[in-house]
Amino acid sequence: MEKQLALQMRGITKRFGPVVANNHVDLDVYRGEILAVLGENGCGKTTLMNMIAGIYFPDEGQILIDGKEVVIRSPKDAFEHKIGMIHQHFKLVDLFTAAENVVLGTESKEKYNLKAVNAQVAQIAERYGFRLDPAKKIYDMSVSEKQTVEIIKVLYRGADILILDEPTAVLTPQEITRLFDVLRRMKEDGKSIIIITHKLNEVMEVSDRVAILRRGEHVATVNTAETSETELTEMMVGKKIDLNIHRSAPVNAIPRLVVENLNLYNTEGIHVLKDISFTANGGEILGIAGIAGSGQKELLESISGLQPVESGKITFYNPKKDRPVSFFHKSMKQVRALAEKGAFHDRNLNDVTFHGMSNKAVRKWVQNGDVLFREDEVMNLRDKTPLEIRQLGVHLSFVPEDRLGMGLVGSMDITDNMMLRSYRKGKLGFLNRKKPKAQAEEIIRELEVSTPGVSTPVRRLSGGNVQKVLVGREIAYTPKVLMAAYPVRGLDINSSYTIYNLLNRQKENGVAVIYVGEDLDVLLELCDRILVINGGAVTGIVDARTTTKEEIGLLMTKTDERKEEDA
Amino acid sequence: MSTVKKNEVREPLIHLSKRTSVNPVRAWAIRIAAIVMGLIVCGLVAFLLIEKLNAHPEKIGDFYTAFIKGSFSTSRKFWKFLKNIAILLCVSLALTPAFRMRFWNIGGEGQTLVGVLGAIAVDFYLGGKIPEWLLLILMFIAALLTGAVWGVIPALFRAKWGTNETLFTLMMNYVATFLVSYFLVIWVPSGSSSLGKLKYGKLPSIGNDYLLIILVVVALAVALYIYLNYTKHGYEINVVGESVRTAQYVGINEKKVIIRTMILSGALCGLAGYLIAAGLDQTVTTESAGGQGFTGIMVAWLGKFNPLAMILTAALIQLLNQGAAQISQDFDVSGAFPNVIVGIILFFIIGSEFFINYEIHFRGHHGLAEAGKEAVK
Repeated sequence: MEKQLALQMRGITKRFGPVVANNHVDLDVYRGEILAVLGENGCGKTTLMNMIAGIYFPDEGQILIDGKEVVIRSPKDAFEHKIGMIHQHFKLVDLFTAAENVVLGTESKEKYNLKAVNAQVAQIAERYGFRLDPAKKIYDMSVSEKQTVEIIKVLYRGADILILDEPTAVLTPQEITRLFDVLRRMKEDGKSIIIITHKLNEVMEVSDRVAILRRGEHVATVNTAETSETELTEMMVGKKIDLNIHRSAPVNAIPRLVVENLNLYNTEGIHVLKDISFTANGGEILGIAGIAGSGQKELLESISGLQPVESGKITFYNPKKDRPVSFFHKSMKQVRALAEKGAFHDRNLNDVTFHGMSNKAVRKWVQNGDVLFREDEVMNLRDKTPLEIRQLGVHLSFVPEDRLGMGLVGSMDITDNMMLRSYRKGKLGFLNRKKPKAQAEEIIRELEVSTPGVSTPVRRLSGGNVQKVLVGREIAYTPKVLMAAYPVRGLDINSSYTIYNLLNRQKENGVAVIYVGEDLDVLLELCDRILVINGGAVTGIVDARTTTKEEIGLLMTKTDERKEEDA
Repeated sequence: MSTVKKNEVREPLIHLSKRTSVNPVRAWAIRIAAIVMGLIVCGLVAFLLIEKLNAHPEKIGDFYTAFIKGSFSTSRKFWKFLKNIAILLCVSLALTPAFRMRFWNIGGEGQTLVGVLGAIAVDFYLGGKIPEWLLLILMFIAALLTGAVWGVIPALFRAKWGTNETLFTLMMNYVATFLVSYFLVIWVPSGSSSLGKLKYGKLPSIGNDYLLIILVVVALAVALYIYLNYTKHGYEINVVGESVRTAQYVGINEKKVIIRTMILSGALCGLAGYLIAAGLDQTVTTESAGGQGFTGIMVAWLGKFNPLAMILTAALIQLLNQGAAQISQDFDVSGAFPNVIVGIILFFIIGSEFFINYEIHFRGHHGLAEAGKEAVK
């Protein structure tokens, strides 16, 4: 069977100011094939696709459809050439039904005949094996259903070339399998499908050919059957990479953070965390898996003191029994107050009260290491603000999901961002930038942050480097508990592995690491235990070494399925 | 077959792209070019509207020299120029901490006005009854206090109930104006509602009548620069301004910062009011702030909220104002004409920011083709 060319790109170049996003890229897409476009972040995948979809206009080069040169100046032009793109962020009207969204913006007169439209939508859905009720409102839909609507919208307009931008990022394993079935059926129907992704296993599973981009240039297009994951990575990154996460067995894991029956209502009064209980151990990575928006963000934020909880306990354990007291986290006043309560004893198990002793004598005694804690420190973190938690001496680090909107200040330079947690240390109301600057320089060196210097605003850095700065700062705080929400989202392979290694090193140092992730393969390889959350409730805590992706996938949708059956 | 309508390759006529980095030399070149173009357009407009100029086109040179003449022709004009810069700068400096925090305080006019009112109230009731130095101190305290109160009210509402500070501060301007009218009626029962110059409460002259005011404002600019860039408070202001979420994340109480900063902003407006009351007018009218609360917003924006850069922008605006006033005097045109001139030039200056941040590509011009080829190498 002779393959027919559907789309050709010849010497496409696109620049943004001095940045060359695509440099003379040539790409062919045939009828009836699935082409995966693979590349690290910032390699120009999305830019290239946006030029086919009419969002950007190329500076140079030609686009040919069915062998004829065409001009695509707007998404409307793209539709005229039967090209449809499904974006990462859905563009749907929440209050409309699936069918209404599908006909929205088309010029056909039929669009006022909803019955006919419903029938047509149902027909398309059946033809390709989608599961969709055309009369369902968008706000009632799961992410995967919304994506289905987007795809049908494009098909309804007669698209023969479909571009999907990272369609699997938001789906569960089961939904991904279903999506791939649909894609295969569309392929058999003669459609051309371009799928952008950076998950190698998906590329291997679904595509016929793979086009690899690196730094805006087209490296190669290979047949999927003739390549391997390692080879693809090498082409993508330009060098060999060790794709293994070196997970060590937890060494003397002790409870650090205990959450019991935590309940939280958000500002709209919705019950977002339901009776959450778990223990995070020091020297262990606890993964949190779940569909995006299942309460992961709220959980971490309520632990770190950003959201006032309704009920439940958050307790921090500091194993201090029979260990020396130090001034590391405590002031003289706090040490004396604790002594007054009988928290300390000396080497001979006698009470230490410091009565009648000068500060100097106390300091000397403590620094000799002869004053010991009688009990482990147990601290209640509930209803404490982030500042109060800090003042308690609890080193709780948090790498939030929203890096530039929460973890860092985009317009400030690296030094000033280092200061975010420590700026209060300066004398007399003035800032002291000396230490933060040294710290910034150390992080740049240690984590190989590529930046012109410490005084570059972090907004100017690439995603991976922004994250290195944030994680670096949180680790420099010498945490006892380190919480990270989607720390590798949007990062290229190299940076992702840097982050995994950093987390592993923290775990080996005895830190309790809590890792919220979306890539199940990574969760399985990196974590020791995985907590699965759905709709704000814990649906299971499993051993990462023995569980499977399917088991986690089922737990991720556990109550949802039940609801569907009820309905 | 698909329904392809146009088959010839045609680029869009113009497309824009955001510059990824801003070259400061280029940025200043664009700004200067914008001012020059603004001046040329002013000349054209003047040529069309002013009869004197229309009849004698050779006088166009005089038109432009008037800009210089307005501020520099006599020593009196020059001192007035400096004094006006100082007052305008003082108000814009007062607004800057709030703006850095993205708290859009457009109530500088009212905060300044109540500052004048506070100072004059003390002067009115206590002038002559207590020693002059004590009177000046009390006036100072009263001005700062009233300004701070005027500033903190919208901040409290914003912190407690999330009200919109732009509308709130704007409305407070009107309240201030009517408050002044009210007191004028009480103080001047005769009906003229004009207080006249009070005898007491005048700042001492050191060499020149205006020198003290100028020195105070220069010191304030430097102090504010240090406050915003080198203190914890300044740091907190920047964090809150950039992202309230980040502030909460690191344990900054953003409400406290908003209230504290607005007290400062209002108090500094009050200081401007004090300089007007004790340094210049010794009286209060509803026009005492003279619109500087609004012009000050422009000065702060043009100076990118950098107190030292704002010295230059305040000077530029003042130069335009006095130059335009000189033109209306020399060419015998209506008092509205200066506003037209200032408006045209500001339009060009503000418009130039667009060209600093964006690049425009025209069809067929591949100015960047060379850069692309280099990148290939």
